[in-house]
Amino acid sequence: MTKPAPFDYLAAHTLDEALEALADGYGDAVVLAGGQTLVPLLALRLSLPSVLVDINPIAELQGVSRIDGATRLGAVTRQAQVLRDPLVARHVPGLAMATRFVGHHQTRNRGTLGGSLALAEPAAEYPATALALGARMQARSRAGERTIEADDYFLGPYSTALQPDEILTAVDFPDWPAGARTVVNEVARRPGDFALVGLVCALSVDAGKIARAGVSWFGMGPTPMRSRRAEAALTGQAVEGLDLAGIAELAVADTEPLDDIHASGRYRATVARRIFPRIARQALGQGPGQEAAA
Amino acid sequence: MSEHAIEVILNGEPVQAIVEGRRTLVDFIRLDAGKTGTHIGCEHGVCGACTVMLDGEAVRACLMLAVQADGRQVRTLEGVADADGTFSRVQQAMREEHGLQCGFCTPGVVMTLTAMTEANPQVSEEELTDAICGHLCRCTGYQGILRVVKRLTGAAT
Ligand code: FES
Ligand code: FES
Repeated sequence: MTKPAPFDYLAAHTLDEALEALADGYGDAVVLAGGQTLVPLLALRLSLPSVLVDINPIAELQGVSRIDGATRLGAVTRQAQVLRDPLVARHVPGLAMATRFVGHHQTRNRGTLGGSLALAEPAAEYPATALALGARMQARSRAGERTIEADDYFLGPYSTALQPDEILTAVDFPDWPAGARTVVNEVARRPGDFALVGLVCALSVDAGKIARAGVSWFGMGPTPMRSRRAEAALTGQAVEGLDLAGIAELAVADTEPLDDIHASGRYRATVARRIFPRIARQALGQGPGQEAAA
Repeated sequence: MSEHAIEVILNGEPVQAIVEGRRTLVDFIRLDAGKTGTHIGCEHGVCGACTVMLDGEAVRACLMLAVQADGRQVRTLEGVADADGTFSRVQQAMREEHGLQCGFCTPGVVMTLTAMTEANPQVSEEELTDAICGHLCRCTGYQGILRVVKRLTGAAT
C-alpha cells in the first residue's frame, strides 16, 4: 500500500488565493487540478510538496467560451466536458477527438485539460494537439498575466515554460479556416494506455491545395514533437498526387523517439512511418475525419 | 500537515470525520466510514476497483482526497441495492450473466455501470464497453461483463 507523505492542503476559492499560496510556498507548493496523475505521484511519494493548492473550487477556471476568433477552455475544464462540449465540437473538433484517447471514462470525469498540459507528459494526447493547432496558454502569477505560444511552452519531459509561482488559467485554440480537419490517432497496447506512437494532423485545403498544415507527434521524443519540415512540405501542395510516403520520412526525421520498456525507438519510427500517410489522408477528408466549421 | 473536519454524504447519510489532507477518498470510505464494499487494488488509478460515484459520476476514489469530497454526494456499492436488499438492475444482470467470479473488481464495475445507465438510460453498448476499459478483471475474461453490458443496453444476448 502506498500513501502520500504529509502535506498541507489548501482549497483555493479564488485565483488570487491560489496565487498567493503558490508564491508563499515557492517551488515547494504544488497545484492540484484533476489529480489523475498528481495523486498517484503523491501516493508513490514521487511528489513531496509541502503545500497542495487545490484549484478545483475556482469557478472562473472552468468551462468553454468563445473569445476573439478562438475557443477558450478554462484550465480546470474536465476532459469529460471537452468530449461533449458543443463549442469544442463545433470549433475544435480535433480536441474532442484527442480526448477519446485520454485515460478512461472514470479518469476523464475528474482529469482536466489544463492538468494534462501543465504536466506535459510527452506521450500524452493534449500537448501534441495544442502544438499542432497552435494553442496559446494563458498563465497568471501575482506579477500579472502572460500568453505562452504552444511552440515556446513545452521544454522537455514534464517540463514547461510555467514558473513555480504561475498557474495555467486557460488555453485558447485559435480558429482554423473553415473546413479544416484535424485527425488524432495513436498506436497503444490497450485503449487508455499512453501511446507508443501518436499523431495529430490538421490540414486546411483551399481550391485543391493545402493552405495550412499542423503536424505533431506524441510518444516520439522528450516533448510533443512538431514537424515543421512536414508542415512546410505539405503547405501549398496540390492534394492530388501528394507524396505522403515521402512527407512521412520528413515528419519522422523531426522526431527523437526513445527506447523504453514499451518499445524501441526504431520500432516507434517504423510505426510512425506507417501511420502518417493514413492519418494525413483522413485529414484530407479521404476517410473518416473531423470537420471544423468556421 | 493540515487536518480538516469534513462531512461527506455517503449513500444518503452524512458521515463526519477529521481527516489529514493526504487522506484519500477511498481510505475515508473504508477506514473512517467503515464501508468496505469499495475495494482497493492498485491505489494509483490503474485498476478501477475503487470506482465510486461522486455527484452521480463514476470516479476513482484512490485519485481524490477525502477533503475534496466535503459536502458532496458519494455513492458506493452499499448504496446500490434497494433498502430491503433487492438487487438493482445492474446487480441482477451481473448475477445472471456471470459478470463476476472472485468479486474483487466487481464493486468498481457495478458503480461505473450504475452511474452511466442512471445518467443516460439510452446509453449505448459502445459507450458502456468503452468505460469497462477502465476496469481490470483478472477472472472473467470480460465476456460475462460484456454480456451484462448487452443486457443493460437492450441488445440481445
Ligand atoms: S485502487 Fe483506485 S484505480 Fe486501482
Ligand atoms: S471477478 Fe475477479 S477480478 Fe474481476
